[in-house]
Amino acid sequence: MNWLLLALLAVPLAGAAALTAPAFAGRAAGRFGIAVSALTFLLAVVVAVVFDYGDAGRMQLETDWSWIPGLDLRFHLGVDGISLPLVVLTALLSLLCFVHLAGRPPDGGRVRALVFTLLVLEVGMIGTFLALDLLLFFVFFEVVLVPMYFVIAIWGGRDRRAAAVKFILYTLLGSAVLLLGLLVIWAQAGTLDMVELTARHGSGIARSVQIVAFLAVGIGLAVKTPMWPLHTWLPDAHTEAPTVGSVLLAGVLLKMGSYGFARIAIPILPEGAAALAPWLGALAVVGIIYGSLACLAQRDLKRMIAYSSVGHMGFVLLGFATLTPVGVNAALFGNIAHGLITGLLFFLAGGIKERYGTADLVRLGGGMLRRLPYIGSLLTFACVASLGLPGLAGFWGEMLALFGAFRPAAGLSRPLFLVFMTVGGVGTVLTAAYFLVMLSRVTHGRSRETVPVGPPLASAEEVRVVLGPGEPVEPVATGTAVAEVEGSHPPAGRLADVTSRELVAWVPLVALTILFGVWPKALLDLTGPAVQAILGLGGGAG
Amino acid sequence: MIPVVALIVLLPFAAAAAGLLGSRWPRGGSRTEANDRAAARRAAWFAIAPGTASLLLTLWLAVWSARASGSGGTAFWAGLLPGSTEGTLTVVDTGSVPISVTLRADGLSILIGVLVVVVALAVQVYSVGYMRDDPRYASYSAFISLFTSAMLLVVYAGDLIVLYAGWEIMGLCSYLLIGHWWEDRANSRAAVKAFLVTRLGDVGFLFGIFTLGMAAGSFRIDAVLSADIPTGTLITATMLLLAGVAGKSAQVPLQTWLPDAMAGPTPISALIHAATMVAAGIFIVARLYPAFLGAQPTLDVLGVVAAVGMLGAALAALAQNDLKRVLAYSTISQLAYMAGGLAAGSDKAAIFHLLTHGAFKALLFLGAGAVIHHVGSNLMSHMGGLRTSIPFTFAGMTIGFAALMGLPPASGFFSKDAVIAAIEHSHSPAQPFLYAAALLTVGVTGAYAMRAWLRTFFGPSRVEALPEPEPGTAHVFDGREAPRSMLWPIGVLAVPALLLGFADVAEVDWGSALVSLIVGLLGAGVVYTFWRGAPHQDPARMLGPFRTACERAFYVDEAYRAVFARPILRLAHGVVRTDRQVVDGAVRGSGRLTMGLSGVVRLAQNGNAQLYVTGLLAGLLLITVAAVVLG
Repeated sequence: MNWLLLALLAVPLAGAAALTAPAFAGRAAGRFGIAVSALTFLLAVVVAVVFDYGDAGRMQLETDWSWIPGLDLRFHLGVDGISLPLVVLTALLSLLCFVHLAGRPPDGGRVRALVFTLLVLEVGMIGTFLALDLLLFFVFFEVVLVPMYFVIAIWGGRDRRAAAVKFILYTLLGSAVLLLGLLVIWAQAGTLDMVELTARHGSGIARSVQIVAFLAVGIGLAVKTPMWPLHTWLPDAHTEAPTVGSVLLAGVLLKMGSYGFARIAIPILPEGAAALAPWLGALAVVGIIYGSLACLAQRDLKRMIAYSSVGHMGFVLLGFATLTPVGVNAALFGNIAHGLITGLLFFLAGGIKERYGTADLVRLGGGMLRRLPYIGSLLTFACVASLGLPGLAGFWGEMLALFGAFRPAAGLSRPLFLVFMTVGGVGTVLTAAYFLVMLSRVTHGRSRETVPVGPPLASAEEVRVVLGPGEPVEPVATGTAVAEVEGSHPPAGRLADVTSRELVAWVPLVALTILFGVWPKALLDLTGPAVQAILGLGGGAG
Repeated sequence: MIPVVALIVLLPFAAAAAGLLGSRWPRGGSRTEANDRAAARRAAWFAIAPGTASLLLTLWLAVWSARASGSGGTAFWAGLLPGSTEGTLTVVDTGSVPISVTLRADGLSILIGVLVVVVALAVQVYSVGYMRDDPRYASYSAFISLFTSAMLLVVYAGDLIVLYAGWEIMGLCSYLLIGHWWEDRANSRAAVKAFLVTRLGDVGFLFGIFTLGMAAGSFRIDAVLSADIPTGTLITATMLLLAGVAGKSAQVPLQTWLPDAMAGPTPISALIHAATMVAAGIFIVARLYPAFLGAQPTLDVLGVVAAVGMLGAALAALAQNDLKRVLAYSTISQLAYMAGGLAAGSDKAAIFHLLTHGAFKALLFLGAGAVIHHVGSNLMSHMGGLRTSIPFTFAGMTIGFAALMGLPPASGFFSKDAVIAAIEHSHSPAQPFLYAAALLTVGVTGAYAMRAWLRTFFGPSRVEALPEPEPGTAHVFDGREAPRSMLWPIGVLAVPALLLGFADVAEVDWGSALVSLIVGLLGAGVVYTFWRGAPHQDPARMLGPFRTACERAFYVDEAYRAVFARPILRLAHGVVRTDRQVVDGAVRGSGRLTMGLSGVVRLAQNGNAQLYVTGLLAGLLLITVAAVVLG
């Protein structure tokens, strides 16, 4: 069954290649995209079915070919309990993105080009989670950047160029540092094979070198995750990216950073991790508070969700920083939960933006539960899931990360991590605050008869300019003021509520959020043995 | 018996799912009046049938437990309901302390479980009439079902994390239901406030669970209670748990959300904000009482909190004009009695008062709902002289007020006496303070209950049809008694409110009962005298200059807004500014710096071969020097 993983990469790649054939034009490309990604998803499900759950800590379905002997570069793929959920999540989100795309062609046109780009993106994303060779990992890690750049730069919003350039420069810079770190590991350990390096647990690499390498690898990954203060590419990229771009960015790309911590930084450089974990934890909790506060004052729905990612990934990083099995489990759980929930949130934000013509909270006004009852309810559900309600997936990642910080690994300062835990706990309250305040603004209250259509006010600054400096705080008042300033617009009429195609794209995410919420065992049993293995606790067979 | 317990919890959950997804199916899109009516009818069935089944199963469980010969140990329910059962579905391995998905039923959980299902069913039936013609009745009743399920999960949880899950879902339902009439921004704000304040307490609660779980090596309640935990750890853990208790049970200093929560529909106030959810904090202390008994400082803190809360809230209740807010402050005050009983070392008295309070306060709220339904306003200044026009509601609420004041033979007399007797005989260092506050509060309770009773049902009639009721405040005035679906629950709840006290008639401490009865009558008498002098005026004027402070609940809300809410919002705006200017600015600045540097570097690349060679040599020289020095 070793061809399975290879097929996982080959199918979208072949699909992308086939798209260059001139036969595809118009809607055919969209349907072709669905077919290819559905096949990929099916393969991912098959992988999940044949996976031996009794031995989730061991690398399975491995493929190991020599690729560039001169560099000792091997084409080494495999899945274990850490990567399997991410692979399935990636395939699922890609499929859902194509379904979404078929329902609504992108603003920038060029459907065929977008499908091509997304398929290449899928290859890169899945490859990153399958790669077991440091350089191969890096190659896939980089492959992702280029299509994402084009997705933002071609199909994005008004300021797409600037956002795309910022995204690519920022992440390339991070990748450069990451590459340096990987090369340091290679130079010291003499091998690029992740399985072997994991088994060695840092033996053969001096402590000081481990620290330097962890720093380099960590910074490279932290840009992607993103960790405060390296997050500033994220809000712009998310705000400007089209819906599918935002979903994949939040749902998968951010996970590549945190996956790197679980796969490379922590198992291969344990002493470096132990030395720098307090810093990682500190930056993580600063990110939690900072992201939440930034959300509280955000005026744009997509930007707010983007900043919420900073906060949520803060919990993931805090989990890693504890270096305990429960903490790393929490981080991996939080990864998947964040992918599902924030993916759903961005789908919803995209749907809202399509209907209202804006994602500006002031312009949206209130009363969405009256105008669009289903979308309003789904938005409420997604926000409640995201703020970490028990019974939904978001809870377990946060709760277990805090529990990990309650007693961090031996050698880490317990009082320090207790402080982190407390700060993180305050962060959960702030998280609830910004989501509920947003819901209160957007879904509650009375809807205005006339949604100010007109030229979209893309940023909060413009609203402020329109409204003048003494902007009222009350959302209703601001809404009225906007309407007055802009003069009377014709009523936008009845907005269409959720379409069946949107439901097809969204319901799987809702269902999985509930499933992992009420049955966390499904994921924890998968990651548990693998986490024991990467932490060198001898639980798994790694 | 564990499958029965699981069914009791899961039936309302299934009802919630069915109500949310199934009540409009398959004609969900078209919101015609006929469709709305059909959906509401179906939703009512979804709500009431599983609730009834849950009630019957709970009664069966209670009978089984009463007949079983198991030993409840030394717990106070051992004599009444000795049988207990426990079952684990699965154990979730987290990598540290495992979470076991466990349900358990013993005397304590069955007692509270009966209260929950009875009040929930009464409220569901009542809501059919009260929420008639509400277009969102389906989601409303589904959220009540979800709440019932969550509360039952708390009650029957055998593991602290499972309990916490139910605990938080209750909070969510409370949020959703307070904000049911979300067209009004004030309701929406009240809902957000309720969720956030309780969540703040829940963070401490979760950390308390961590502390207990880590110390015991298990989150299972049995394991936690039987583990040998050092006193210091116990004190830390119970203090942290107390934060959650204060949040959920609206105790000082987290009490401010409950009066605002009255923005929700009145049946919700009866179920969630009087009888069950707010009592969960008391329940959890009773559930973990052995741990609390091992941490005397925590009980002392609880005693002080209770003393401050019971008196302050009772004084605030005395000055409110909104009937529901009177009852809300009264709830805070009565919950503080239960907390006081726990602090004094008698979980039996606290749970006894919890049960009678659940019955009579739910009765009072449902009665208040009928009054509001009738008058079209929450304000007592719009009421008066109602005893002739709605005699049934008058009778029900009279029983409720008698129980609240602690007049025999109503249930409140016996349970309040049990609490006060426990406080009187306790040896806690906070005892004198607590006892004084408890006695004073009895007097103030008599006063505010008397005032509300008189202002609502006696004096000159002020009923007038309001022109167009605001959505979310009241219903259309029709001048008649409420529909039968609303009167039945009032009648049913009046029975335990009146008679439940006799369950414990043998243990009445007549001396202390007499004292508190006299104090209570004294308070009521003072109000009656003031009212007699001028029946159309508010007897609250006897508070004099103190009245405004009481009406504003001693400005705690304003203080919190100034100390917490505003600074946090200011901080948030500051963060956004910082993010744009400093953090991102540094990035963009470094971008510019790079461009500038590249400009400098470009100077070197001017095609001048001489310069290149010079540079090359200089570099070589530097490397050589470095090699020599460092090598």
